[in-house]
Order: sequence, then C-alpha cells, then structure tokens
Amino acid sequence: MSTVKLTVNGKAVSADVEDRTLLVHLLRDHLNLTGTHIGCDTSQCGACVVHIDGRAVKSCTVLAGQASGSSITTIEGIAKGDELHPMQAAFRDNHGLQCGYCTPGMIMSAIDIVQRHGGQLDEATVRHELEGNICRCTGYHNIVKAVLDAAGRMKVSQAAE
Amino acid sequence: MYQTTYHRASSVDEAAATFAKGSEAKYLSGGQTLLPVMKQRLASPSDVIDLAKIKELIGVEAAGDTLTIKAATPHYDVATSDAAKKAIPAVAYLASLIGDPAVRYRGTIGGSLANNDPAADYPAAVLALGATIKTNKRSIAADDYFKGLFTTALEDGEIITAVSFPVPAKAGYAKFPHPASRFALTGVFVAKTKAGDVRVAVTGASQSGVMRVAALENALKANWSASAVDSVSIPASGLLSDIHGSSDYRANLIKVMAARAVTAAG
Repeated sequence: MSTVKLTVNGKAVSADVEDRTLLVHLLRDHLNLTGTHIGCDTSQCGACVVHIDGRAVKSCTVLAGQASGSSITTIEGIAKGDELHPMQAAFRDNHGLQCGYCTPGMIMSAIDIVQRHGGQLDEATVRHELEGNICRCTGYHNIVKAVLDAAGRMKVSQAAE
Repeated sequence: MYQTTYHRASSVDEAAATFAKGSEAKYLSGGQTLLPVMKQRLASPSDVIDLAKIKELIGVEAAGDTLTIKAATPHYDVATSDAAKKAIPAVAYLASLIGDPAVRYRGTIGGSLANNDPAADYPAAVLALGATIKTNKRSIAADDYFKGLFTTALEDGEIITAVSFPVPAKAGYAKFPHPASRFALTGVFVAKTKAGDVRVAVTGASQSGVMRVAALENALKANWSASAVDSVSIPASGLLSDIHGSSDYRANLIKVMAARAVTAAG
C-alpha cells in the first residue's frame, strides 16, 4: 500500500491504495469519479482518457503511483458549473454521441487535439488524431464534426478571455 | 495485475540500487507496453522502478554531428522537438507515427529499445543510423545491441540513459502500420551517411526482429533512388507470416516501404 497524493479537477486528494492500482481505478473506485470509463482494458479504446498535467493519456495504462504529485483533469472537471465546456456543447449540438460510452474519452482527447493544433485543424487531422479513441456507434462522422465545431468555439472563448 | 511494489527513482544510481534489492524487479518508463503485459498477468515483477521522472534522463539535444535523445523522453517530445526536426527529421517523423497520441505522451525511446518488440519503430532508426546506446555502464553500438525478439545486449539491471544518433546526409522512414495496433506490419528506415555509406533497417517483418538488408543497401549505394529498389529481390524465408500478412506479402512490403523511405529522404 502507498499513499498517493494528487490534484484532481483542482482539488487536492490523497488515497491509500495498493501499488498495482491503475489511475482509472483510483478515479472511479476511490474518488467516485465514474465519468472516466473502462472500455477495453487493453490500452486501445481510449474511453479512459484523462489529462495528466495537461496531456491526454489513457488512465488504464498509468499506475496511480506514477500520477502521484500530478494534476489530473477528468470529464467531471471541464464544465464551469452549469455551463458545458465548448467541446461538450459541440458534441451535444452535433449529435456526436449515441450510447455515450466512449464520449468522456473522446472529449478529453479532442480538447487535447484542439489545444495542440489551435486553428490549424482540418477533418483529416481530426480523424488521424482520434485513432486512439474507438466508437462503435457513430461511425465517427458527427464526432469529427463536433471537434471541428468546438475548435472554432474554443478559439472564440480564448479570445474573449 | 498481480501485486507489485512501486518505486519512483530520483536518479539512475538510485534506480539501479533499488533494482539490485528486488527479487524480480522491472524498470518502468512510459509503461505503454509493460503495464498492458502486467494487466494480462503475463509479467509479474516483484517491484517496478519508475524511471520516467529522473531529470537526467529527459531531453533532446543536437550538438555538432550528433543528435542525442535521453532515454525517458516521450515520443511526443521527440516528434515535436525543434532539435530533432532540424538534425534528423526522419527520427522526429518516426516518433510521430508510434501508437496513438495518448501513447506518444507516455511511451519513451529507452522503453522501446529495452523491450525490442519486433514490430517497434525506434529499432529501425537506431540500426539504420548506426546509433549508439548509452547505458549506466557502457556504450553499445546498434549493430551489437539487437539480439532477436524482445532480446538485447542489456545485462540484468542495466539502464539505457540515452541514444546518440550520428546526423546522416539523408534519412527517411516509411511504415505500413497495423490498422489496429499501429505497430509496424513492416517499416523501413533508410540512411545515407555523410561518408556515403547506405544502411537500411527493417522492422515488423522478420522472425528475428529488426534487421539490415544488404541487398537494398548495395542497390541504394549504387543508385540512391526509389527505382533502384525495383531490381532487388527480397526472399520471404525468415519473414513473419500471420493473419495480418504472409511472408511473401511482407517481402513485397519491404520493397514498397524502402522505395517510399528513399523518396521521403530526398
């Protein structure tokens, strides 16, 4: 057992967990943040993507101990109160989800993609960069539309700040 | 995953000392291979020793005719490094093709080389460029380092600290990725050294891991062009054959990827 201390969605948290605990299990089972999903358990599907120190990674492939001392952002941490994050709003407006299982990981990866590419995003880039996130419902069409829509909204909201 | 004990090392010496105390310890870098293998219970190290936060193991530097990538540098940082893009663009490009974006944020060059997966990307660059693998004990030439599937010249407990690539006159990489795993079904790295030598390394295709292909090297030394590959015959014997591609298919892929790599190198 080890004590893992980290910041999750802006709050300092501490948990005593077995050393083999994966970050996704710390988030879901110990902190009750069940928005982060487990889809495949083989590091392929991307449903578990969270941000560690600003980088979108698969939380099923990180030990909780490796994340100790880091700042984690999960799907629960991106809206401002009742106001959805522009990426969440774009997924809703563009019908970028059906069952919703992959959506938290899609959104966390998509925010990272927009942050890295800024206004340079095009459809081919979005499709290529989403290769680590698997959706079995939508055929990706509306997900890609949502990410491109959100890229514009995020630029506008950054400019307004 | 079986029980294990996690250690975070703050220096290479501390990591090596911790390794020596463990009964069946393993070093952990990005963990993008080791952790999936542990989750499948195919590996059960008594201790995992995290190298990823050791400051002396992180960074990309170009000096003179050498590009040095420290071992715990994630693929994303190599792919976006100005020093790497300027010194050997083919290496930065190769790093940008590994796995997916989330994997590239965690996976490291040292981890890739220590694991030596027969379909990993970095071994092709290291072997084709004749790089030197620096460890906490010695320097190992690429030609002496790769010993077959998942096997290397590393001794028990030895830690890769950096990889030094001599800057070539030209270099290019082309990869046919497995559509699900993004590992190379076949990847070819071609390099022309400043002395005029040509080295070609192939990953993903051989039953014995990354390999050089003398026939391609000779053809490209005589005529550095994509068309020079046409006349080369690549035997299918010794190549991998599975549901994703027969050995004949991979033999052909070696030629196609080699030609694309030469075109990319210019």
